[in-house]
Amino acid sequence: MQIQVNGESMEFGEGATISDLIQRMALEGKRLAVEVNEDIVPRSEHPSFSLSDGDRVEVVHAIGGG
Amino acid sequence: MSEQPERPLPEDKPLEIAGKVYNSRLLVGTGKYRDLSETGHAIETSGAEIVTFAVRRTNLGQNPDEPSLLDVVSPNSYTMLPNTAGCYTAKDAIRTCKLARELLDGHDLVKLEVLGEEKTLYPNMTETLVAAEALIKDGFQVMVYCSDDPLLAKRLEEMGCIAIMPLGAPIGSGLGIQNRYNIRLIVENARVPVLVDAGVGTASDATLAMELGCDGVLMNTAIAQAQDPIRMARAMRLAIESGRHAYLAGRMPKKLYASASSPLDGTFF
Repeated sequence: MQIQVNGESMEFGEGATISDLIQRMALEGKRLAVEVNEDIVPRSEHPSFSLSDGDRVEVVHAIGGG
Repeated sequence: MSEQPERPLPEDKPLEIAGKVYNSRLLVGTGKYRDLSETGHAIETSGAEIVTFAVRRTNLGQNPDEPSLLDVVSPNSYTMLPNTAGCYTAKDAIRTCKLARELLDGHDLVKLEVLGEEKTLYPNMTETLVAAEALIKDGFQVMVYCSDDPLLAKRLEEMGCIAIMPLGAPIGSGLGIQNRYNIRLIVENARVPVLVDAGVGTASDATLAMELGCDGVLMNTAIAQAQDPIRMARAMRLAIESGRHAYLAGRMPKKLYASASSPLDGTFF
């Protein structure tokens, strides 16, 4: 299935979770926040939250800004 | 000559934001530094206790071992103030705040800024009011970047914003406090902290903001884009303290003509 991650298309197998996505992005253990289709998915739900075809995922972190 | 009646001195209240008391009245941003090491060093030197940052997408394929901002500016040492910089609509600002709250494990203090146009980065107050209302309803503690209109500032306070942060000049312009009268009026009317957010270019600008009675100043570019940011961070720390003391001390009245500082009694000529 196709998932839009930060505006780019990524291919995942059926049943992939947010934890799988974070692993694929090599961001495990990083402080980040995830939104699926404009709704926050709390960190505690990352291992159980299954993605669906066409989901739009945003993975964000803190950067310098004023 | 009749003496002017003495005005009561302003009360020396500590800066309290969201139930926490701060020693430093300087709040700093984390953008535009050469690297993260300079960011950390400058912020430490500034003595700031509240630090603002932006929320952005992680880059796909970035180096996973690269240090991140929060490694250098730790939420254990500073009060982190996520901002909604770059948002031009209430909707985007609300989304950003929700992501920030998740990022910081439920920490609900945010700096709301909804911009109106790229040229001046002037706040879009219509969208700001919409976003502030929604965020407050959702439990956020909102420090709000706003225009210098005293009535709008009061309205934001009455809605429940915990700090009012009018601009002194456009973001990143370094033009200094261009609106002393309006800032003064906002300070006079406010029951929550008023901080100048944006416009400071050098130390005397920060001092002036504090002399007007502001509770603090938030700045980024003035430190980050100085030729020596670490030294400017120190200058700003001192400038803020200096301006605060001058405000509390109650300055002498201005006079049109001279008034000799040395006594005339006992002259021998």
